[in-house]
Amino acid sequence: MAAEQIKIVKDGLWNNNVALVQVLGLCPLLAVTGSFVNGLGLGLATMMTLILSNTCVSVIRHWTRPEVRIPIFVLIIASIVTTIELAMNAWFHELYMVLGIFIPLIVTNCSIIARAESFASRNPVFDSALDGFMMGLGFLLVLITLGSLREIIGQGTLFANTHLMFGESARALELRFSTDYPGFLLAILPPGAFIGLGLLIAVKNSLDRRSQQKQSARIISAQPANA
Amino acid sequence: MNRHRRILTTAILLMLFAATGAGLVGLTYDNTADIIKHNHQLVLLRKLNTLVPPEKYDNDLLNDTIEVAGDDLLGKKNPSTVYRARKNNQPVAVVLAPTATGGYNGSIDLLVGIYADGTLAGVRVVEHHETPGLGDVVEAERSDWITKFTGKSLRDPADKRWKVKRDGGDFDQFTGATITPRAVVKAVHAALLYFAKHREALFASNKPAATKEPDKGANHGS
Repeated sequence: MAAEQIKIVKDGLWNNNVALVQVLGLCPLLAVTGSFVNGLGLGLATMMTLILSNTCVSVIRHWTRPEVRIPIFVLIIASIVTTIELAMNAWFHELYMVLGIFIPLIVTNCSIIARAESFASRNPVFDSALDGFMMGLGFLLVLITLGSLREIIGQGTLFANTHLMFGESARALELRFSTDYPGFLLAILPPGAFIGLGLLIAVKNSLDRRSQQKQSARIISAQPANA
Repeated sequence: MNRHRRILTTAILLMLFAATGAGLVGLTYDNTADIIKHNHQLVLLRKLNTLVPPEKYDNDLLNDTIEVAGDDLLGKKNPSTVYRARKNNQPVAVVLAPTATGGYNGSIDLLVGIYADGTLAGVRVVEHHETPGLGDVVEAERSDWITKFTGKSLRDPADKRWKVKRDGGDFDQFTGATITPRAVVKAVHAALLYFAKHREALFASNKPAATKEPDKGANHGS
């Protein structure tokens, strides 16, 4: 049981990461990662949706019919996203003013329906919620990494505008690396998003390969000793 | 027969989920609509107050309004609302809501506050669809560019300097974002021209809320 949950955690964060391995949800991913705070905003909203939609789908998994399960998942996800949007607009208006444009974008994130279909519809509620949380967290981490990279290279700042999310006290968080940075437009424009994501995937793959080589080297070096 | 029953139960199942989902959204909407509207009013008032500081007027700004017809200078075909600030029934300022049409991606809705003497109280972007990270520098939250308009008027700078620097004017543009600032500068200039043309009508066409003969618009809140 515990081993299964450890696998869920590892899958979500690394082995089966939504953005780096499944390469899902590219539309919102590439669109908003111009800065750290945008990445964080969309990441949190997506994580929230993933947890809720996975939980709901898992709860009703015995009542659906295979031929209509996809429309039902779509209905659930759309209702959840709309409800979150309305609730945030009403009760967290300041935050909504910042994240407002990202929230409808979540519906376009196919990783949510992918998790509903491939995991939550076949697994118990707790595991599904955990899977939603971990997949969301993995997505969030990629978003803020890419957002930070593009912000540093593109604008020469990091954590700019975080006060939009955390209030005025966060204004001091902004790091400015050079007072006279001309900016590197490519990083902020869509091509920068594609290049950045490509590099992140390459780094992950090379790390994976290195650890694989180490493992097989260990096996090979262990064999002669046995013989 | 069995097959038909299966189709029917599946359809009913789907219908139940659709009804539940729609019900959930409807219920949330019902519970939040008033709060959301209230939030929007508060945000609007706060925005108006950043243009015309509350200590400069004593009337009910949100309700002392007139509708003005669409005009090319406002970038609008439809009527828009003008908010009027007064102190002791003397005109202090108006806040126009022009639209900048030359943006990179659709129209940019502005609020332009103009004091009675024709100087700008301030400009704010209300809504836009410019590229995040580039065109959104016209938002006051992201840079102080938009505050540079404060204190300017039709005489300062002169007409032909009402452009971005790249076009030989007085206003900064941004790396990678010239179009958005250009559109905003043009719209603010047009709003000033509109004010100069219609100044009397903007202030005078209906009585302020305090007088004994309340007109339409003035008595919304009472």
